[in-house]
Amino acid sequence: MKAVRLWSVRNARWLKKVYDGLEWILSLLNPILRRIGYDRLDKPFAAVEGVVKGFLFDSQSCGQCTLGETGMACPMNCPKTLRNGPCGGVRQNGGCEIEPEMTCVWVNAWEGSQQIGAEQTIQIIQAPVDNRLKGRSAWLRALRIKVGSAS
Amino acid sequence: MRFDDEPTPGEGLPILPGHSSPGRFERILRAGKFAVTAEIAPPDSADPADVFARAALFDGYVDAINATDSSGANCHMSSMGICSLLTRKGYAMILQQSCRDRNRIAMQGDILGAAAMGVCNILCLSGDGVQSGDHPEAKPVFDMDSISALGMVRRMRDEQQFMSGRPISSPPRLFLGAAANPFAPPLDFRPQRMAKKIAAGAQFIQTQYCFDIERFKTFMAQVRDLGLLEKAYVLAGVGPLASAKAADWIRKNVAGVHIPDAVIDRLAGAQDQKQEGVDLCIDLIEQVREIEGVSGVHIMAYRMEDRIGEIVTRSNALDGREPWRPAA
Repeated sequence: MKAVRLWSVRNARWLKKVYDGLEWILSLLNPILRRIGYDRLDKPFAAVEGVVKGFLFDSQSCGQCTLGETGMACPMNCPKTLRNGPCGGVRQNGGCEIEPEMTCVWVNAWEGSQQIGAEQTIQIIQAPVDNRLKGRSAWLRALRIKVGSAS
Repeated sequence: MRFDDEPTPGEGLPILPGHSSPGRFERILRAGKFAVTAEIAPPDSADPADVFARAALFDGYVDAINATDSSGANCHMSSMGICSLLTRKGYAMILQQSCRDRNRIAMQGDILGAAAMGVCNILCLSGDGVQSGDHPEAKPVFDMDSISALGMVRRMRDEQQFMSGRPISSPPRLFLGAAANPFAPPLDFRPQRMAKKIAAGAQFIQTQYCFDIERFKTFMAQVRDLGLLEKAYVLAGVGPLASAKAADWIRKNVAGVHIPDAVIDRLAGAQDQKQEGVDLCIDLIEQVREIEGVSGVHIMAYRMEDRIGEIVTRSNALDGREPWRPAA
């Protein structure tokens, strides 16, 4: 839903805080999660994530979320799935080269990242998508990277 | 301009200390010369003579030739094919590699192949969407983007590894380039995006057509403030417009090209619009040269390649320097 997605970018600032809070809660729960087993939790986590992030951000569930670094705009909505910034084809009115009626995802991302004060994090070079992770839980993955138990 | 250590055509020059490639183009930029590159029109044919004839139009006028990779997502002879033919004659080629049509496996294989054939320069692009070309029903690949592709080539060259980590016994010695469009939104993000490309490995930048000099000056000042001028060479994109009508069509239909009204008005008011387009291009070269940090021009003379000689000569872009040309 375009309207919700745009609302999320406009509200990127506190959404990012909620997001950071969620990460904190997950890291508190980590001992329990680890005991249950990340693999066993992946499907239910991915299902919840898909609904929540799908509603708020039109997330495409790539399984390796960049939302916090891209102004809460999902770069996988770019028709070229560019993860490192806008292509050179953005129209003078900010419209997408390929879908003119849609605002460029990166115009939104830039707006959102200024809201968050994340001009630094938008500079992080994002690795290309690992296609094996599609549809898996990005939250659990982020948690495992954070607590340092595998990727 | 011939170097003392010119090899037989198709072989690399010795790599000088601090250089990445055995190529002429990198040497010219690092020597502080104002460089000229041009885009060759890829033929819709399998005849090598078509490629040689098109390259010959540039003989004595350009330092390196960009071979486009089905630009605008329209199918033509591949950049690889053109580079393969022309490197054998000794031309300095810039292989354009877009992320639109190939995944990381194909791209890395092509990079090794290109370097083996004597390609010394590569321009990593995201690429136009398939929807803008003659095969809109094709599958857009975009496994990588321009920035991750730059990182990939740099890793192959400097760490001698594929993305998988598997070693490469003899690395591709390439001078890495990227594109920049200072004229497309979000304007404030554009200098930072260029910074990102340079951080990922870009050593030279070729820009989109510069028709809006004031906007370009602002961009270059921002780029300078980010300290990027010490890290990469910027070649400003220029080109002749065939007529006011053509210019208007381009700005409405070609993604990312920004042409101000003043340019259209100047063409419309001329008796010979095509000549005015050439004159305008020469004026633009003179103007971009004055801007701090511009190390050369990249001439995109679509369907007017035969005018490049006139543009280079009259603008004196080479300062009387004679670029390499194949032996007659």
